[in-house]
Amino acid sequence: MIEAHGLVKRFRDKKRGEVCAVDHVSFRCQPGEIFGLLGANGAGKTTTLRILATILAPSEGTAIVAGYDVKKDPQKVRSCVGFLSTATALYGRLSAQEMVEYFGRLHGLDEPTLRQRIDAIFEQLAMNDFRARRCDKLSTGMKQKVSIARTLVHDPSVMIFDEPTVGLDVMAARTIIGFIRECRDRGKTVIFSTHVMSEVEKLCDSIGIIHGGRLLAGGTLADLRERFGKQDLEDIFVEVVEQ
Amino acid sequence: MSLRNIGIVYRKELIDSLRDRRTVISMIVVPLVLMPLLTIGLGVVLVRQVRQAREEVPNVMILGGGDSPKVRAELEKLEGVQIVPQKPDYAEEISGKQIRAAVEIPAGFDAKLAAGEPMSVKIYMYEGELKSGFGAERLQNFFRDLRDRTIRERLEARRLPESMIRPFDITQHNVAPPEKVSGALLGGLVPYFVILLCLTGAMYPAMDLTAGEKERGTIETILCSPVSRTHLVLGKFLMVLTASVATAVLSILSMTVSFGVGKKMLQDVADRAAGQVLQITMTGKAVLSVFVMVLPLAVLFSAALLAIALFAKSFKEAQSYISPLMIVVILPAVAAVLPGVELNTTLALLPVLNTSLVSKEIMTGTYHWKYIALIFMSSCIYAAAAIAIAVKLFQREDVLFRT
Repeated sequence: MIEAHGLVKRFRDKKRGEVCAVDHVSFRCQPGEIFGLLGANGAGKTTTLRILATILAPSEGTAIVAGYDVKKDPQKVRSCVGFLSTATALYGRLSAQEMVEYFGRLHGLDEPTLRQRIDAIFEQLAMNDFRARRCDKLSTGMKQKVSIARTLVHDPSVMIFDEPTVGLDVMAARTIIGFIRECRDRGKTVIFSTHVMSEVEKLCDSIGIIHGGRLLAGGTLADLRERFGKQDLEDIFVEVVEQ
Repeated sequence: MSLRNIGIVYRKELIDSLRDRRTVISMIVVPLVLMPLLTIGLGVVLVRQVRQAREEVPNVMILGGGDSPKVRAELEKLEGVQIVPQKPDYAEEISGKQIRAAVEIPAGFDAKLAAGEPMSVKIYMYEGELKSGFGAERLQNFFRDLRDRTIRERLEARRLPESMIRPFDITQHNVAPPEKVSGALLGGLVPYFVILLCLTGAMYPAMDLTAGEKERGTIETILCSPVSRTHLVLGKFLMVLTASVATAVLSILSMTVSFGVGKKMLQDVADRAAGQVLQITMTGKAVLSVFVMVLPLAVLFSAALLAIALFAKSFKEAQSYISPLMIVVILPAVAAVLPGVELNTTLALLPVLNTSLVSKEIMTGTYHWKYIALIFMSSCIYAAAAIAIAVKLFQREDVLFRT
């Protein structure tokens, strides 16, 4: 479960002065549900998700993630969250297995549990052929799988995906989309940011349209279609943003 | 404070760094291969040059002396020099290394010598040139012998004792222990190298573990793990410290071996002057004491480098921040090697310079416990402050996500 209550994030910028990247954003995402954060570049998606993953601290407001407050218990929040974005790269000089082991250990898994988890995940994602290969020697698709294994190793109840398909080819993107769906089917709370309308239409149970740091509209796809009298999500998005 | 988490981060960083060619080169290859190669290589060249210079029979020229057949005949019999015919451009010949030295015998030398008239013999040589020095030295020894002989003959003729012109002798005695004598020559240089290598050993890992992570995009990956930022920075800091200390330890080891080999080589040539330069007695106690004194400095370097490199957006930017730091460290370390710079309470509080000075003293067998305690404590305080700053910087979003 994720509950964001009036999240605000202000930055100090040398040229622009104080910038409000996230402006009083509130939403709720239930377990077994995918919440899609839809917005253009610079809309505030990444900052919002980084706050939820406790990589950044909110300037105002707070969020409850898996029952923990992001302000009061950031470490506990992180231990329940799997965070995947295009910016979360791999350690090139570690092997696929060492990479996943490292994060498993940081999540406090004991060695027998860690070994079991890794064997299961590597089997499930068909990663056994390259488990001993260094990450910088892997193909993009293989790297994606290692990243997925890294987010799954501690079996988190909340999954946060920040534009996970950016820069990926069709096959690699399909793997990710399939993986996100699977997370929902296993009852995890999933939040997912993108600017690709088709991905939102395909995946999300509820949608939030974010622009200029503010959440302008929210609801299920059906709700939005009814409210704006339009079928195409892109048309709805443009109308919301232009309003 | 979770030691487990710090240990996990440290172990990963150690594996990661040992697979990084740049770190391995600066931490292992430079001290173990480059240092002995330089020391021994330089020693070999030096020994060969000195031996060649000694073995060469220098060409010398006699200017004048046509009216003094006695001295000329004696000079021509002189062993260890080759007399060449007189030419007017002797100075150019010396500069051009065709001859090594020339001696100008004043007119009527034999006659004046017999009559006891004063005169002056001039020896021409090229100052600073080893082989020219050897040539001039032989000529000078010849004339000194001749002068001494003449004095003795004159005293004997007048039946006067030798003490007439030599009422007393002056001798100089050294009370400093042998390691002090050698230490004064090279004592300052050893800690200087150790301090410098502590810095260079920490440089690459410090940049790789901070700016390198930013550049490769792994900083966000690690920040979304439950490890606290304090544990993360401490794990990284321990890795940088390991590299720094490993570089220093390996350098001391290879330096000890290199000096041992160098000393033996020079003893073979029986060159006392050159031998003395390398007569550095690196006792276990001195080496250990220097190491203990340098340890807080290694901590200071590691933490400071980590903090500075964290500011940078990329490896390249980190390099441009850290390169000037080399000068900041080298200058006080060099100042300690200069003669005349001595430890006092003010200098004992200046980082780098204090450790460099006290290490120099230790290498020469002197232990000023008051200064040692003061320097160790002040270095520890600076080191603790640097760690605190590095930890604090790791909590700052504007530093971690500076793009």
